[in-house]
Amino acid sequence: MDYLVDILLLMLTAVLVENYIFSKFLGICPFLGVSEKPDTALGMGFAVMFVMTLSSAATWAVYYGILVPFHLEYLETIAFILIIAALVQFIEMFLRRFLPALYGALGIYLPLITTNCAVLGAALLNIQNGYDFVQSLAYGFSSAVGFTLAIVIFAGVRVRISLAEPPKSFRGVPIAMIAAGLIAMAFSGFSGMSF
Amino acid sequence: MSKYTLKEFGTQMMDGLFAKNPVLVQMLGMCSALAVTTSVTNALGMGLAMTAVLICSNIFISLLRHFIPKQIRIAAYIVIISGFVTAVQLLMQAFLNDLYKSLGLFIPLIVVNCIILARAESFASKQPVLPSAVDGLAMGVGYTFALTVLAAVRELLGAGTLCGVKIMPDAYEPAIIFILPSGAFLTLGFLIALMNKLMDVQKEHAAKKAAAVPAAEAAEPAEETANEESADESVETPEPQPAETEPAAQEPEQKKEEN
Repeated sequence: MDYLVDILLLMLTAVLVENYIFSKFLGICPFLGVSEKPDTALGMGFAVMFVMTLSSAATWAVYYGILVPFHLEYLETIAFILIIAALVQFIEMFLRRFLPALYGALGIYLPLITTNCAVLGAALLNIQNGYDFVQSLAYGFSSAVGFTLAIVIFAGVRVRISLAEPPKSFRGVPIAMIAAGLIAMAFSGFSGMSF
Repeated sequence: MSKYTLKEFGTQMMDGLFAKNPVLVQMLGMCSALAVTTSVTNALGMGLAMTAVLICSNIFISLLRHFIPKQIRIAAYIVIISGFVTAVQLLMQAFLNDLYKSLGLFIPLIVVNCIILARAESFASKQPVLPSAVDGLAMGVGYTFALTVLAAVRELLGAGTLCGVKIMPDAYEPAIIFILPSGAFLTLGFLIALMNKLMDVQKEHAAKKAAAVPAAEAAEPAEETANEESADESVETPEPQPAETEPAAQEPEQKKEEN
């Protein structure tokens, strides 16, 4: 029972308190790149959730199954990035073959995810924090939920910004950054909560 | 290939620092730029690590550019880059352990930093070794420069120190918000806006210069456009003022940099 509570708290922390975008700064490139419209943001979010949960499982298994027994821990960065790249390729092929509808929705986001630092970051943090297999899965999934939450909220804000008229130098990315700063201020309210 | 001249070297360096600055203009590698800039020391350390990886990977990719098949080039680049990142990671762990600890996750994350892959794809895979190495150096220095400026603003306003040395007088109350994540977003937003402004001013300047040359024949219309532009300019300057949550703290800093 205690274990279950621990997992729930871990997930809540990953979504709100240690939000990937607003407190850990992981995955800023897709955050700025695909947050023009709420639907594309949601699509990207789902794709990240999918890949991050699977890659957390795969990297955990490879680290404790292969790297640790052979004392190759220092290769984790190379191994993980290759696993993630291969996994993304594989998911893409699998979806195209068996779930064309889902592929149609997520397909264009999948190649972008290989170089999304949130995915590699989650894999490395799972190892650094010493999570077991279930915790890694929960952490990977809930961090991606936090990422999705952030990117969807931000997309909503950006729709409003696109109607406003900021000073010329602030148009585009600068005003988006400042909006992100204000949302981050709201999210930093969660940091007082410690579990 | 003809000889590589000093002038080309100069243009490449200026591009990396200003016109094509990876962080402030190309908007690449934002994650690490926002995350490690809580102090100038961290920013410099991160910049150095990044520059080292950029130079090495650019040289290597440029050397191998005729051997890597087109279809699998991205995978090949990632393997090369992650090899160098691991080397840098191990070196830092051995010799700069404190810095390594405070940068934490962001050293291994250099692998997925878009700057390196972007330079590999758009420059090193097409150019000979020497320009590629210089490109890596220029981009790395530009990245370090952007990070250092960002970190200097944040550390000075958020903690009253620079590189851990106290600068601000005791009466100054540090605005903690600049050290917090939201301060990173705000400061970078302002910096990019400032960069846009400077580029606009420079463009106008160049346009005026170009207009001044044929001025002998067509003095009238050229002067007119120049006047119009400077009128636009004076309207726009005061606009960024009514800005943000911390206007009192932010404005003087902006002024200082503009000077």
